[in-house]
Formats: sequence, C-alpha cells, structure tokens
Amino acid sequence: MLRFLGFRLLRAAVTIVMVVTFAFVVLRLSGDPAQIIMGADAPPEAVAAFRRAWGLEEPLWVQYLRYFGAILGGDLGRSMRDGREAIALVGERIPATLALTVPALLIKLGIGIPAGITAALHRNSLLDRAVMMLAVAGFTVPSFVLGLLLVLVFAVQLGWLPSGGQESWKHAILPIVTMGIGGAAVLARFTRSAMLEVLGQPYIRTASAKGVPWRAVIWGHALPNAAIPTVTIVGFMVGSLIAGAVVVESVFSWPGVGRLLVVAVANRDLAVVQCILLLVAATMVTANLAVDLLYGALDPRLRTQPRGA
Amino acid sequence: MSELIAIHGLTVAFDGATALRGVDLSVAPGEALGLVGESGCGKSVTWLAALGLLPGKARIGGSVTLHGEELLGASSARLDRVRGGRVAMIFQDPASSLNPVHRIGRQITEALALHRGIGGAAARAEARRLLDQVGIPDAARRLDAYPHELSGGQNQRVMIAMALAGQPELLVADEPTTALDVTIQAQILDLLGALRRETGMALVLITHDLGVVAETCERVAVMYAGRIVETAATARLFADPAHPYTQGLLGALPPFDGPRRPLAAIPGSVPEPAAMPPGCAFAPRCGLAQPACGLALPAAVPLGPGHSAACLRAARALVPA
Ligand SMILES: Nc1ncnc2c1ncn2[C@@H]1O[C@H](COP(=O)(O)OP(=O)(O)OP(=O)(O)O)[C@@H](O)[C@H]1O
Ligand SMILES: [Mg+2]
Repeated sequence: MLRFLGFRLLRAAVTIVMVVTFAFVVLRLSGDPAQIIMGADAPPEAVAAFRRAWGLEEPLWVQYLRYFGAILGGDLGRSMRDGREAIALVGERIPATLALTVPALLIKLGIGIPAGITAALHRNSLLDRAVMMLAVAGFTVPSFVLGLLLVLVFAVQLGWLPSGGQESWKHAILPIVTMGIGGAAVLARFTRSAMLEVLGQPYIRTASAKGVPWRAVIWGHALPNAAIPTVTIVGFMVGSLIAGAVVVESVFSWPGVGRLLVVAVANRDLAVVQCILLLVAATMVTANLAVDLLYGALDPRLRTQPRGA
Repeated sequence: MSELIAIHGLTVAFDGATALRGVDLSVAPGEALGLVGESGCGKSVTWLAALGLLPGKARIGGSVTLHGEELLGASSARLDRVRGGRVAMIFQDPASSLNPVHRIGRQITEALALHRGIGGAAARAEARRLLDQVGIPDAARRLDAYPHELSGGQNQRVMIAMALAGQPELLVADEPTTALDVTIQAQILDLLGALRRETGMALVLITHDLGVVAETCERVAVMYAGRIVETAATARLFADPAHPYTQGLLGALPPFDGPRRPLAAIPGSVPEPAAMPPGCAFAPRCGLAQPACGLALPAAVPLGPGHSAACLRAARALVPA
C-alpha cells in the first residue's frame, strides 16, 4: 500500500513537471511577449529593454532553469503587465471560479447520478429513452452554444436573468446551469452504463435468488459496484473545478481564473499563464490521487493480493 | 398431492423466440432429481422462470406450484420469502456469483437475517457453523475474506453455505461444478449428497453429465428443445431408455471407468428456437423418425411406474398390434 502510494505520488510529481515544461516551451515559441505587451509600434530600444528586464534575451534553457529554480523556492513570478505577483493575481480570481464550479458540480452529481440510475433501472422504457435523449443532447451541444442559447431565452427574450457580469447571485445562475447541464448529461450516461453492466452480473441474480428484496439488491449489491467506475469521472469533474470554467466564464464575462487565463494567453503574460497551468495540473493530479485512494476503499480486489496466487 | 414443487405447461419466450414449450416436471420432498440435456435446451430457464428470476422481457406462461401455492405471478414480497427460504439456487460460476465488494460472512448473514431473523453475533456464529458444514477450513477467519481471496471450489462451498442459510426444502444446483477442476467437482458433488442426507432437503441437479446423475440422483428428467422428453428412475432410465434422444445420450456416455466427456455424439444440433419443427423437435436428428413424427408434438406417455416419454414410437409400443 505504501509502495503503491509512493509510486502514485511520484507519478503525480512527474505529471506536474511535464505540464510546467510543456507550457514553458510552447508559450515561448509561439510569440514574443515583449513585442505583444509593448505593442507593435513600440520603439525597438524599449522592446529590447523590456526583454533585458524580464531575462527574455537569454537562451531558453537558462530561462527554464531559472524559472524552475524559482518555482522550487516558491516564487511563481510576476505578471509582465502590472508587475504584481502572479500567484496573487490568480489567487484573487479563485473564489469567483469556485462560486460557479462548486454549485455546478453539485448539479452534475445531484441530477446526473440519479438520472443515470433511474434510466438503467427502467431500461428501454419511455423514461429511459427520454433521459438518454436529453443526455445525448446535453452532451453533444458545446457549452458555449448552450450558454448562448440560455442567454437568448432567459436574458434576451424573457429578461429574467442578466446575460453577463458578476454583480449579484442572479448573474451566477446561467453560467452554473450551463456547466451543470453538460456535466449532468455526461454523468447520467456514464452512470447508466455502469449500472447496466453491474445489473447483468451473476451476483445480482444470486442476491435475488437469496430472497433479497429488489430495492435492497439495488442499494446493497448493485450501487456499491457501479460506484467503482463512476468514481473516475466524478474525480475528473472535481479535478476540473478550477480549469473547467474557461469557456463559460468567457461567454458570461465572469471574472474568474478561466477568463484570466484567456487574457493572459492573449497577452503572453508568461508568469500568469504558467501559474494557472501549474494550479490546474496540481488540482487534477490531486483529484486523481484521491480517486486512486477511493478505488482502494470501494473495491477490495485492489486492496489485497489474491492469496495463494 | 405430495409434491414439493410442481411445474405444469411452463412456457417462456424471449423477444418472440420460444425457449420453453410446455415443461412438466415435479419434485417430491427430499428427492434428488437430475435434469439433463444439451446446452440451450432450457434447463436453467426452467428454474429461473419458476423462481421469478428471469429478466422482465421474458414472457412466461403455465403454472409452478410450491405445496399447491402458485408462484407464477406471485407478489415480489412472497417470492422473496420463497427464494432462498424454501427454494435456494446455486449457479455455474461461483466466482462471479458472489458479490465482489462484500465479505463472504456478510453475504451469508444477509440470508440469515432475511429468512431466519437472526442478526449480530448469533448470525456470525451461525455463518461460521455453515462454513464449517460445507467444509471450508478455518471458517472463522474466512468470514472476513472477500470472494476473490478464495478459490473457485471454496467459493462454490460459500454459495452452498449461503443456500443452506435459509434452510430450504429444495436446492436447485445449476451445473454447480462445470467451472471447477475435476477433483474439486467430485468433492462438491459429494458435499451436496451429504448435505441432502443431513438436512433432508430435495435436490435438483442440472448437468450435462449423465455420469454425475447416475451417482447423485434417484430420478432423471431429460430435456430437449424446451420440453421434458423422458423421465424415469435413474436405474430404469439407464437400463431401459425409451426416447431415442435419451438413447443417444446414453450411447454417447463413456464407459463408467473411463474419463468423462461432454455429451456430443448425437449427430446434428438442437434446432434454433426461431426454426422449431412443427412436430417432434428431435425428429430431424432421429434415426428412427417416421413421417408422423413431423406432424404433431408427441405427448408424454406413461410407460411404467414413474417412467414416461414423449415419443410416438414409445406410445405405439404400448398398444398391442
Ligand atoms: N436472458 C435471456 N434472453 C434471451 N434468451 C435467453 C435468455 N436466457 C436464456 N435464453 C435462451 O433460452 C434458451 C434456453 O437457455 P438455458 O440457459 O435454459 O439453456 P440450458 O439448458 O441451461 O443450457 P446450458 O447447459 O448451456 O446452461 C436458449 O436458447 C437461450 O439462448
Ligand atoms: Mg444453463
């Protein structure tokens, strides 16, 4: 178990290093931050001075080593736009993002899982087909289209809700619903197929043959098994609490981490982009680690080695 | 009627394909009945239908009575009391028939709580005793094991212990040894026989293996294409089989001291449910078939005490010319 954990931690660390490195290289190869931030008509001397100030004239590997050393020392760099610490810039946006993604996650879980279970239990019924049609629709329509659609109906046509901004809780409703619907659809489909797979297993028939009432078969025998594959996708959703709102924040002009990322990429604000990517990678990796541990808790087959094997 | 369970005219169809075409079969209290026939003839479906364990899409007709009480169409609450409590069933693949995420102790005590109302430490003690009874060594420790930690044979013993938990009057064992090693097979069959003598419960043993039937069962029912084609006491069936299909099965049986092999020596194969011939389903494979065999389903004809066969030839032999 400890070795397993050690291996997972190592893998997590490697993943983060790879993300950081990849972001570093791609960002620097895809455009000159000095030119972009100073503007196209800036005098060449000013641009050169900017380069020198941020160490951009040095070879890439020197920049990389310096950057990496700084990270290890806890310094994530400063924004090239206003000189503020990247970590502070990003940190002050996190609550706004979580204000969208956490309620959206609750919607995904609260609707997606029960809908998937219900559809599986009434397989091929009208209910099942209706749920699955909605799920396919919610799953196929990209979130920016869905977001715009909701804006058209509830903001433009009906005028019930604002179309963008962050002034009141009402502004949060449409973005939350947009994210919630898509995720609930994914989860409903996934839960349904996990549940169907389990319901076809011989041990479910054994439970019925033993006289266990059907409700207890579902709760006591089917769900604990169907939970095992479902944990993966829920873990992925938890892992994207920070990164998952990029599109929706842009559509609804919600000042969260996602919009900061879009702006920072457009500006080649290197430290800010890298700081966000590091944060996103860290959340993902942590969620993955949690999923691995949860697997062990849910599935005894992963906990122990078969005896006499 | 002294019958424990009586099945009359049981029919089952899946999506329009008929799997059972009127099964008549009964089991007396305490008896050991063998149910044999080639793969797909409906042995499992017969008992799954009787206990209400088929998926909802199955269309079921006929009658199944337990001490005269109808089970088909009974409320699920009543069926839940019958299943595991009065009629228990164990299956072919013990490893996947036990729930992988629950300890085996819990899977046994669940049945104890349902059918005997015992819980807590008493249930644990009883589960331990049951594991002892089915010959699992170190039973106390095994209660906390998960199915994947046991061998296939041990898992089948756990299944049997679980079935015994409800003190059933009948145990239906659906090919309980097919998935196991040959040496383990014999042990499990011996165990079933011993438990039957100890508890007095009846046993239905579903199998491909006539050799197993000869050793374990008092009576045999031979099934073909969704019907019972012959029933007789074991000794009589082996000595004097009336149905050509039974004769074929016996002809395919290896010598008693030779190695066992599956039934395969009858030429041809079982007709698909969708392409069932109008008359006797065995006629196309039967060396003794006559034109009349293709016209109507032969009824089961009594040939002697406890012996009947559904074959025109057997019927004609009774009528003096
Ligand atoms: N759930 C199901 N859905 C559709 N058809 C089924 C189902 N269960 C069984 N059948 C069909 O019913 C027929 C009888 O099947 P059954 O399982 O009873 O055969 P069997 O005699 O037990 O064979 P085996 O020795 O292989 O276990 C087969 O044609 C099978 O394909
Ligand atoms: Mg079968």
